[in-house]
This record gives sequence, structure tokens and C-alpha cells, in this order.
Amino acid sequence: MGVMFILICVSISLATCFLLAFIWATKSGQFDDCETPAIKVLID
Amino acid sequence: MSVETFHYDNKIVRNFAFATVFWGVVGMFFGVLIAFQLPLPGLNFGEHFSFGRLRPIHTNAAIFAFVGNAIFMGIYYSLQRLCKARMFSDKLSKIHFWGWQFIIVAAAVTLLFGYTTSKEYAELEWPIDIAITFIWVVFGINMFGTISVRREKHMYVAIWFYIATFIAVAVLHIFNSLALPVSFMKSYPIYAGVQDALVQWWYGHNAVAFFLTTPYLGLMYYYLPKIADRPVYSYRLSIIHFWSLVFIYIWAGPHHLLYSAVSPWAQTLGVIFSIMLIAPSWGGMLNGLLTLRGAWHTVAKNVELKFMVVAVTSYGMVTLEGPLMSFKSVNSLAHFTDWIVGHVHNGTLGWNGFLTFGIVYWLIPRIYNTKLYSPRLANAHFWIGTLGIVFYLVAMYFSGITQGLMWKELDPDGGLMHENFLSTVKQIIPMYYLRGIGGLLYITGVFLMVYNLFKTVKQGNLQADEEASAPALEQEKTKVKSTHRFLEGHLGLFFILSTLAIIAGGLIELVPGAMNEFISPTKPLVEKYSPLELEGRDIYIREGCNNCHSQMIRPFHNETLRYGAYSEAGDYVYDRPFLWGSKRTGPDLHRIGLRPRNEVWHYDHMVNPQKSSPGSVMPPYPWLATNKLDTSTTSKKIQVMRSLGVPYNYDDVRNAEENLQKEAQELSDILKKGKIDCAPDREMIALIAYLKKLGKRIKVKK
Repeated sequence: MGVMFILICVSISLATCFLLAFIWATKSGQFDDCETPAIKVLID
Repeated sequence: MSVETFHYDNKIVRNFAFATVFWGVVGMFFGVLIAFQLPLPGLNFGEHFSFGRLRPIHTNAAIFAFVGNAIFMGIYYSLQRLCKARMFSDKLSKIHFWGWQFIIVAAAVTLLFGYTTSKEYAELEWPIDIAITFIWVVFGINMFGTISVRREKHMYVAIWFYIATFIAVAVLHIFNSLALPVSFMKSYPIYAGVQDALVQWWYGHNAVAFFLTTPYLGLMYYYLPKIADRPVYSYRLSIIHFWSLVFIYIWAGPHHLLYSAVSPWAQTLGVIFSIMLIAPSWGGMLNGLLTLRGAWHTVAKNVELKFMVVAVTSYGMVTLEGPLMSFKSVNSLAHFTDWIVGHVHNGTLGWNGFLTFGIVYWLIPRIYNTKLYSPRLANAHFWIGTLGIVFYLVAMYFSGITQGLMWKELDPDGGLMHENFLSTVKQIIPMYYLRGIGGLLYITGVFLMVYNLFKTVKQGNLQADEEASAPALEQEKTKVKSTHRFLEGHLGLFFILSTLAIIAGGLIELVPGAMNEFISPTKPLVEKYSPLELEGRDIYIREGCNNCHSQMIRPFHNETLRYGAYSEAGDYVYDRPFLWGSKRTGPDLHRIGLRPRNEVWHYDHMVNPQKSSPGSVMPPYPWLATNKLDTSTTSKKIQVMRSLGVPYNYDDVRNAEENLQKEAQELSDILKKGKIDCAPDREMIALIAYLKKLGKRIKVKK
């Protein structure tokens, strides 16, 4: 079952990537406004 | 604030759209063909067009050609508009498009000729795997490049879904494809048996998650509001949907291996995460449907929205059904039956197919600056397609549950009620016809779409470079661009890329040496394969036997009665790749070598299954009796296995061919005694040797 160890490591790395992306996104204000993006997307 | 004028690249969107439609027709054609091959084995047209080879072509065409091109079509259109920028590089777009089409053609040709790794949705051999990696990186550079030059600071939720797709598919593809080549089109995976199964289904599940789901959710979040011309129900919910989904999805893979030889804790892990998945999935589904709150009357008049609504509803059905099927009790009935096939097709026909159709009907007239030729025809497509889905699903649920129950049914004395596997197959033949009719209806709808789009394109003019304007991002105006600024502004991207680099680097260092011992199971219950058996196994793989025959006996009374002792990890120590299969169209073969079937029976059965088993749905394999076995790589195969840690010694490698011929001669003599004339150098001999070996265990000292 050694491969489970590898898979868990890879999955955790992947999750860490997403976590870092999430922290970056939150810190840089990506989610400060949760209203206008939904409307802005309708305007080309 | 200066306003910049730029041009969207619509030509690349058009190209991917056409490719989507073309490959959709091809994939569905093969789907309908193999659907009818089951009740009508006469439709197996020889070596290259038998079920075992066509089924991977159908799945690969549907997933990577049809859905793949649709993803790129949808992303290339929406990403430009969401970023208010043209695609990063026209050249990369072109390389991406043609590279992907080349891979599809290469996949189709090699699969027809039997070059396959046998791993579901990862059947392609190593040179094509490398090409996929290359093109995927091209796509990634193009996408991240576009994001980095965007004129809209906020990254709309759809973009996040696209990014997750890129990252996850890259990691999955690389880890599942790790293999040691034997020759140009043959390789053995670095993982063996149970380990290989775990990696494959970690991949397999996440291929569904990150190729068929996350990109399409991104598309849903862009196109559904666009088509309905109203904002998504809750943008906040869409963000929660995204982050919770990507964190939970990667852990659900082992639910494909319930009751198998995989450790129970790994199975339970998969089940728990599968059930947790209901929450984000339904959050997203409701977010999509509620976008139309108070506007349902427009759905009746808007055919694109109709497609969207059915697609999102299918998504909701499948993401509830999936977690329920991962309950062990439900899974014990559903696994290996047509229920799984029904479940998957609800996703692909409903969710992927209908969402694609909705987008295409909306998008093509837009980039051609015209109106859809005939909304009425599109409406007909919608209803025929929906009817097709219903036919397909109902047939598969009936057939899956019926057969699953028949397998389990015991008579009052405790024996099997339906001892003959074939009697459970004959019971569901009518359902196979109904399923085929469902497929025919679905593809008929697609033909209507092809005509409709053809007419639309003819009456319009492609706006290859659509003009748009947007204010430049402020920060880019005031600061000088530098590499450092780029990284600072894209910290997330920077971390992602560096982590990927670390993973790849670590892997290259670790895999060949230390990992070998680590990932190979150590307690064998079986003897390693002889050269002849190994060649036979590779023929089993080439003909795609694993598409219909499992090699995994679950620890149930009825299965041990029918097939013999249940399978354990030690049975698979030398299996590269593992061949557990995921569907029992025919019986399990893990202990076939112990069953009272002699060499002569196997020969007859392979040449003409309907003669030895009247009513069988198995394709005939007469060419195995005439084709000469290619032994040019036999010793190389043994050598590669040896370097992967299989305990062959130098003599085994050196004398591989000699040993093979000796064993083949013996088998040929046995057949001769049964009045069958089969030269020892035929492929049939190797395959029979392999089948006779299956299930035989060594005596283990305790």
C-alpha cells in the first residue's frame, strides 16, 4: 500500500496549491466584491 | 484612464467548435456501433473493429475529442471576454488546436491496431502520453499568459474552474502514465497490481472530476448567465462551490475499488469524501438552476436555455447518484453492471453533451454575426436528444439492477440460482437493443444540429477578429513591468508552477531507485509469469478483454461460489498493468485457469464463442489462431519487468525466447491430442497459456 503514501502526498500537494491560490486570491482582494462580478460578466 | 482597443480571436473558437461537432459525431457513431455489437455479435467486423478495441475508441473520442474540444472552444471564447484581452499567443493557440487534433487521430489509429495500456481513459501508449503533456503545457501557457495580461482585475469564478482543470489534469496525467517503455508502442507501468489499481482509479475518478466536471462548471457559470442574460443566482455561492469542490474531489477515487483487494481504510476514505461531495455539487447545481428564478417562462422560448437546464439537472442527478453508489451496500449491487454505464452516460449525454449543444447553438451565430438558421430544428434536436437520454438511462438501470440481482440470487439449498452466467446476459438483451435505440435517437439529434449549424455558418460571416475595448488596468499603467512584478502579481500561479516543478523533479529522482521496492507489493501468492504467459497477457490487453471481463472476485458468497476464492493483493503482485476491469459483460476470469475448461475448450471458444456457448455475446477471435506471435521483444519485456522489480534472473532474460518456445510446443501438443491443429508459434497458444495460469496460487509458508 506504499502507493497510497505517494497518492496522498500528491493529493496534499495539489490541495496545497489550491490553498495557496485561495490565500493569494483572498489577500489580493479577489473576493472583496461578491456582487458586481456577476453583473459585469453580462456586459461585453 | 486610457481605453485600449483590441481584438478577440474568434477563429480559434470556430475551429474548436467545428472539431467538437465533428468528433462528437465520430464518438457517438462508435458508441452506437458498440451498443449494437453487444446484442448482435455479428457486428464485430474482424480484428480492428471488435468490441474490445472499439470501446476505448468510443470513450476516448467522447471524452477527449468531443468534450475536450468543447472545453477548449468554451474556454477560448469566454476567457478572452472575461479577461478583456485577446488570447496570449495566436501561435500557441494554433499549436494547441492542431496538436490536439493530431493526438486524437493518433489515438484512434493506435487503438484500432491494439496499442493500449488497458487503463481506462488512459489507454494511450507512452509516445502519445508525452505529446498530450506537451500540448497541455502549451494550453497552460496560453491560458495563464492571457490571464496575466488581462484588463479586468477580478478573476471571474469560471477562470478559477479553468485553472483547476489545468493543474489537476496535468498532475493526474503524469502520475498515472508513469511507465517503462519496452518498445516504441509498448510499456509497462511502474506500479503493480493493487498499487496500479489505486493510481488508475485515483486518476480515473479525477478524470471525471477535472475533465468532465470542473471545466464544464466554469462553462456553466459563464454561458448560463450569458444566455439567460441575468446574473448568476449567488456569486458568493459560486466561489464557495469552487473551493469546496476542488478540495474534496481528489480524495474520492477509491470508491471505484470497493470490496476489492485494496485496503479497507482506503476504501472508506473514498466513500466518506464521495458523500461529502454532495454538498458542493448540489450547491453548484442549485446555483445554476436558481439563476433562472422568475425567468422560467423564457426557458420555454429559448432552446439554448432548454439544453442548459437539462444539462444542469443531469449534473444534479449524477452527483447525487454517484455518492449513493459509493455506499458499500449499493455498490455491491451496482458495481460491474450496466448501472454504472447508465450513471456515466447520464453525465456525458446529459451534462456534457447538452451543455455543449446549448453553448454551440448560442456561440456559432454570435461569432458569425447572424441568427441561428432554425430554432425549430434545434428544438427538435432538444426533444429527440432528451428522449434518447431517457431510453438510454431507463434501459441501463433496468439491465444493471436485473443482472446484479440475478448474480446474487441463491436457491433454497444455498447454491446459485443462475449458475450459468450466460442466462443473466440473455435476460438483459432486450435492454441492449433499447439502449442502442436511445443512442440512435441521440445521434439523430446531433445530425439535425450539424445541418442547422451548416446553414447558420453559410448565412453568416465569421468575425475572425472581433473588435472590443476596455480600460487598461491601472497598475500596469503606472509601474514598469518586470519579471519580479509579474511574479508578485501572480503569487498563486508562481506557487502552483513551482510546486509542479518540485513534484516532477522529486519524481524523476525517486522513482527508478528507492520507489521500486516501496511501490511493489511484497507478499506474492502467485508464481511470476512465464514468457509465454506474459505474451498471452499482452494479447489479452491488446484485444481489450478487460473491457468486458473483470479479474477481481469480491468477498461475497455468491461470487466465491461462481468464480472461486476471492481475490487478494498477493494475487496481483506481478500484474503490470492490473487488469481488474470495471464491467462484467462476461464472467470474471480471475480464476478461469482453475475452472473445468481445458485448452481445447478455450481454443474453440476463442475461434467461435457462439458455437461453444450458444447465445454468447462475445466477439469471435479467429485471427488469434492464424496470427504469428511476435517474439521479437519477449526478452526485452522480461528485462523491463526485471528492472521494475519482478524477480526474474539473468537466465530468464537470456533464455526468454527459448523457454517460450518450449512451453508453446507443449501446449500445441496438448491441442493436437484434442484434434486441434494449432502451430506453437500462434498468438492463440500464448493467450491460452495465460488463461490457464489465471487463478493458480503457490503454496505460501506461514
